[in-house]
Amino acid sequence: MPSSSQLDLTFAALADPTRRAILARLAQGDATVNELVEPFAMSQPAISKHLKVLEAAGLVSRRQEAQRRPVHIEALPLADAVGWLETYRKFWEHSYQRLDGLLAELQSFTPKTDKQN
Amino acid sequence: MQPLSITLPSDREIRITRSFAAPAELVFDCWTIPALIRRWLGPADWVFVTCEFDPRVGGRWRFVTRGPDGFEMGSSGEVLEIARPGWIKMTELYDMDWTGGQTIVTNTITEQGGVTTSVVTVLYANQEAREGARATPMAEGMEMGFKRLDELLEHRPTDRLTD
Repeated sequence: MPSSSQLDLTFAALADPTRRAILARLAQGDATVNELVEPFAMSQPAISKHLKVLEAAGLVSRRQEAQRRPVHIEALPLADAVGWLETYRKFWEHSYQRLDGLLAELQSFTPKTDKQN
Repeated sequence: MQPLSITLPSDREIRITRSFAAPAELVFDCWTIPALIRRWLGPADWVFVTCEFDPRVGGRWRFVTRGPDGFEMGSSGEVLEIARPGWIKMTELYDMDWTGGQTIVTNTITEQGGVTTSVVTVLYANQEAREGARATPMAEGMEMGFKRLDELLEHRPTDRLTD
């Protein structure tokens, strides 16, 4: 099981829409910082700052490759983060879908009356 | 209508919000009358073996559900506060105690314009307990592929911060 501090870092990193967009871009393939700057209309220092947060959360890694340092997405912390949350989400989604059906059934038996306020 | 939303208000809490096309009284009854609870709570392939709920302050409740492979999971608790149709506060403790002690579950039920929203907040003993749900038979029963995930986790890279 991942440590709580690791999950904290993951969730904090995912809380920002720009960082989620960067991850979405990286899911399609590695990219250099310069390649990331272009579609996001942000300065290089701003993108680099976001990448540092993602890197600290273990969500991306960078390796030296000649003159380039391509950024690579790391899927594992994401899987950790959604793992336990997914369990809850599935549980409640399934339950509440059944509750929708039950509520509809109960209301079909009860004639609708105007509320006395 | 609000679709299912799950948020983490604090390290120890999880909040499940959802709205329903029904009056608040009916939603409240579905949470507190055993004959109704057993019709919807939990995955469809888990059946209730025991479903008791005494909707009074100090009243006890107990659920035992059986999964498709015959595994039974029990939980029980006490009703701390209850007011139809808007408020339920109760304790919850699983027999397996994967939550590291009892949790406090609150449910706020509000109706507006014929739409009723239920906000369920579960307060765990600690953060590890909240995140322990993945290791439960409930998760396995829903074929979440946790075994595969566990295998993946065994090959976890070491902490990158020490690079």
